[in-house]
Amino acid sequence: MYEWDFSPVLAEGGFLLVGFRNTLILTATALSGGLVVGLLLAFARLSHRRWLNVPAGVVIEVFRTTPPLVQLFWFYFGLPIVLSVEMTPFLAASLTFMIQSGAFFAEIFRAGIVSIERGQWEAARAIGMTYNQCMGRVILPQAVKRMFPSMMERSIELMKTTTLVATVSYADLLFQANELAQKTFRPLEVFTVVALIYFVSISFISFVASRMERRFARSGEFTP
Amino acid sequence: MNAPVLRLSGFGKHFGSLRVFSDIDLDVMPGDRIAILGASGSGKSTLLRCINVLETPSEGSLELDGDVVGQPSRSGDMRFSERELCALRQRVGMVFQQFNLFPHMTVAGNVAEGLKTVRGVPAQKAQERAVTELQRVGLADKADTFPSRLSGGQKQRVAIARALAMDPEILLFDEPTSALDPALVGEVLGVIEQLATEGRTMLLVTHEIGFAYHFATRILFLAEGGIYESGTPDDVLKNPKRPLTQQFLAEHRRFQF
Repeated sequence: MYEWDFSPVLAEGGFLLVGFRNTLILTATALSGGLVVGLLLAFARLSHRRWLNVPAGVVIEVFRTTPPLVQLFWFYFGLPIVLSVEMTPFLAASLTFMIQSGAFFAEIFRAGIVSIERGQWEAARAIGMTYNQCMGRVILPQAVKRMFPSMMERSIELMKTTTLVATVSYADLLFQANELAQKTFRPLEVFTVVALIYFVSISFISFVASRMERRFARSGEFTP
Repeated sequence: MNAPVLRLSGFGKHFGSLRVFSDIDLDVMPGDRIAILGASGSGKSTLLRCINVLETPSEGSLELDGDVVGQPSRSGDMRFSERELCALRQRVGMVFQQFNLFPHMTVAGNVAEGLKTVRGVPAQKAQERAVTELQRVGLADKADTFPSRLSGGQKQRVAIARALAMDPEILLFDEPTSALDPALVGEVLGVIEQLATEGRTMLLVTHEIGFAYHFATRILFLAEGGIYESGTPDDVLKNPKRPLTQQFLAEHRRFQF
């Protein structure tokens, strides 16, 4: 019978906390960058100019269809060879997850934008708005409400995907957990605690998100 | 003496090889109220939408107060610059069959939006102007509600106020009562009638022949890809000269009582 003993893990709690902090930093960086990349890719994809929409489509497809671990290796090991630049684990991971999540966000944004009825475009155009004014004042505000649930879903997915950086020795939560498991010989306990940390923080994010969704639904008093 | 506000010459639209209409010549004088009639598929909505270039016209010329808008192009449709389009649309207002109000803005927000975003009017001033326009259509008390709370007729009146707020020289109405409950048609036609007494220049696509008769100074009947018959309401609606017009009107009178 296995005897559970969490005390060595809890004694080194600070070690895991450093990892958790690094995970949060990486997720926040990748998420904010990913939203910008996603919006740019979505606009490029929706453009009528072929030199914009074709490359955007290729980037989106490549990053959606290849494993994120391989992408991370491209950036960490491949890019320094091709461009002869220095690459840190954090930089490689940030770039990878920005573009990877950006590709998914782009599809969410695009779907949200095209789901807005043609009549909204026409009404905005008919009072003399430019394309950008229509997009900013009329289309995006409505589209964002529709996109919000899938955006949250994707952000949570992103936070979990960042655990892959442990493979290029960035000291995220999972990497620190691995170290601690080897030090304490208590892998089951360590990874249970890690799972709990993810469970609590992601549940918290989901909770905040669903409250925001309800707020959205009330404001404006319309159901998309 | 008077110059036309809007002049179309040799105006035409085709989608690929499908001709919707061609060779339309039309002078709209200030204060004209033109009702455009025709069977469905005769291109009356498309003609209206080509005038403010929501649909890009294919050929001919479009003049607003003597200024030519857009350029002919050898391949496909005419070309318009973004700046030309924005200027044109501020001068030619449009009211849609499906209202197309902005659901995320209040009623007053809908009316003020063009002033704020397109004209750069300060929010406070735009709001005041919006309330004035809403008074005109009898909905000042709804200023702070959202469109989803309004009836169809009220929505359409807000849409009219939204168009009026931009001080357009010409108003286009694209079947403004076709999506309405019959009981709500009257309130919208009432507002349009009131605009007529103010001497506004308007073009109206409609199926309400009775209203067209009372409202219009001129009737255009579209058929066979062009203006098939035109004239005063008495001429066209009471004494139609050509067979398709006669047939169309007979069809409409079938169930009169």
